[in-house]
Amino acid sequence: MPALAVQQLTKTYKGGFQALKGIDLSVEEGDFFALLGPNGAGKSTFIGIIASLVNKTGGQVEVFGHDLDHDPEAVKSCIGLVPQEFNFNLFLPVFEVVLNQAGYYGIPRREAKVRAERYLRQLDLWDRRDTEMRKLSGGLKRRLMIARALVHQPRLLILDEPTAGVDIEIRRSMWSFLRDLNAGGTTIILTTHYLEEAESLCRQIAIINQGRIAERSSVADLLGKLHTETFVLNLRGRVPAALPELSGFTLNYLDDCTLEVEMNRDHTINGLFAALSHSGIEVLSLRNKQNRLERLFLEMVDRRAVAAGGAA
Amino acid sequence: MKRLMRSGPRYWITFQTIFTKEILRFTRIWVQTILPSVITTTLYFVIFGRLIGDRIGTMGGFDYLDFIVPGLVLMGVITNSYSNVVSSFYSSKFSRYIEELLISPAPNWVILAGYVAGGVARGLVVGAAVMLVAMLFTDIRIHSFGVMLLVCLLTATLFSLGGFINAIYANSFDDISIIPTFVLTPLTYLGGVFYSIELLPDFWQGVSLANPLLYMVNAFRYGLLGISDIPLGIAFGMTLIFILVLGAFSLILLRRGVGIKT
Repeated sequence: MPALAVQQLTKTYKGGFQALKGIDLSVEEGDFFALLGPNGAGKSTFIGIIASLVNKTGGQVEVFGHDLDHDPEAVKSCIGLVPQEFNFNLFLPVFEVVLNQAGYYGIPRREAKVRAERYLRQLDLWDRRDTEMRKLSGGLKRRLMIARALVHQPRLLILDEPTAGVDIEIRRSMWSFLRDLNAGGTTIILTTHYLEEAESLCRQIAIINQGRIAERSSVADLLGKLHTETFVLNLRGRVPAALPELSGFTLNYLDDCTLEVEMNRDHTINGLFAALSHSGIEVLSLRNKQNRLERLFLEMVDRRAVAAGGAA
Repeated sequence: MKRLMRSGPRYWITFQTIFTKEILRFTRIWVQTILPSVITTTLYFVIFGRLIGDRIGTMGGFDYLDFIVPGLVLMGVITNSYSNVVSSFYSSKFSRYIEELLISPAPNWVILAGYVAGGVARGLVVGAAVMLVAMLFTDIRIHSFGVMLLVCLLTATLFSLGGFINAIYANSFDDISIIPTFVLTPLTYLGGVFYSIELLPDFWQGVSLANPLLYMVNAFRYGLLGISDIPLGIAFGMTLIFILVLGAFSLILLRRGVGIKT
C-alpha cells in the first residue's frame, strides 16, 4: 500500500489561477521522497491539500489507503506537517507548544509529556523548554516545528523547505535526524530549494512545474541522465596560452590560473588528469561547477518553459 | 454514533486542550481581560447608581442601583465572552497557528466547542467579579440562583458563537472591533440595562422587542430580582433559537473553510 496516492489532483484558486493541473503521484511506504520545483510551481498547494489546509478543486488523495474525502480524520492522524512558514503562538513556551499539539491529536497528557520530552531532547531543545517562542532563533524554531510534527508519531512526515534559512551546522544535524527517522520506518516527503539536500537525503524524486509533474524517478536514475559534468580546476602556474585539445573533454579558460573542463560521462577523471599532466598542466584542486541535480532541474524547467512557449 | 463512541476519549482530550489553552490565555493577561470590566462596572455603580441613581428614585419597585445590577453583570458577560473568542481565534488565524488545529484530526464541532467554552469561562469569571463588586454597593438578595446561572451560560454561549463568526470573517484587527463597537454596545445599552422598557412609548417598546439582548437582560433580572418585562419562557426560547442558528452557521463556515482555508 502506498503511503501517498494522488490522482488527477487539481486546484484552481479564486480569480481563476490554476495552481495544480492534474497531478498523479504515488509515494511508497518507507520512502524518502523529494518534491522539487521553482517558486510558484504548486508544491505548497500540493502539500496544503494533503495536509487539509487547502481545499482541492478535484481529484483524489489517499494516505495509507484512507481517502481524504471519506475519512479525513484517519488521513490527518497519519500525517505530520512541518510547514514552510512559522505558525506558532509566539507567546507560548516551547514545551506547551508541543503538548498542545499532542492534545489536538487526542494524546493523553501524561503520554504527551513523555513524547514531548523525547523529541525536544533529540532535537536539542530540552534546555529551552520554558523559553517563549518569540525568543527562539530561526534555526531553533525550525527544529521545534519538527518536534511538534512528530509528537503524534505520524507514519508520513511532510517537510516544506525545513532547512530554509538555517546555518550549515543545524542543517547537517537536521539531515542526520531525518535520516534516522526514515531508517526507523517513517515515510518522508521533502520539498527544498537546496538541491544538494534532495540529492543527499532522498531516494525518489518528483519535479513539479507549472502545476504538473515534469519528472518522476529515482534520484540515481535522474542523475544518470546527465551526459556531461563540469569541473573547475585551480592550476599551479598560469594557464597555457594555447589550450591543448583533449578528446572527450572541452576546456575553457576562466582566468590566469583557473580552467573549466566539461567532461563526457564515458570518460574518467583519471583520464583527464593523465591528459593534463601530459600537456604539462598541474592541478592544485578541483570542484564541481554546479550541483548535478540543480543542473538537471534547470534543464528540465527550461525545457518545459520552451515547450509551453512553443505551444502558445 | 459508532465513531463518537470510539473516538470520544480522543475528542474529550482535544476539547480539554483547547479549553485549557483558552483559560490560560485570558488568566495570564488578566489585567487586560478581567480587570477592565470590573473597573468600568465599579464606575457605573458609583456614577449611575450612587450619584445619579439616588435622584432617580425607584424603578420596577427597586432602588435604581439595584435595578441596574443585572444589566451591568450581563454586560460584562456579553462583552467578555464575545471578545475572548473573537480575539483568540482571530489571533490564531493572523499568526497562522490555527493550522495546528486544522491539520489535526479534531472534528469541527470539537474545535468550536473548545473556543466557545473558553469564551463562556471568561464571561462567567467576569460576571462573577462584577457581581462581587455589586455586592459591595447593594444588599440584593438573589431571587433564583439557578435562573441567573442558566441565563449567564446561555448568553455567554450565544455571544461566544457571535465572536467566533466575527473572527472567521475578520481580515484585520480593525474588523474584530467593528461589531462590538457598532452593534453590541448599542444593543446592550438599548436592551434595558439602565431602564425598564415600560418607560418607553408603545412604538419604541415594540422596537425594543426586536433586540435579542432585551430578553437576556430581563431573564437575568428575573433571576436576581424576581422582576422582568418579558416572560421567562420566551426569553429562554429566543436565546436558545439564536444559539442553534449561530452554532449551525459556525459549523457550516468551518466545514467550508471560510476565512481559514484557501
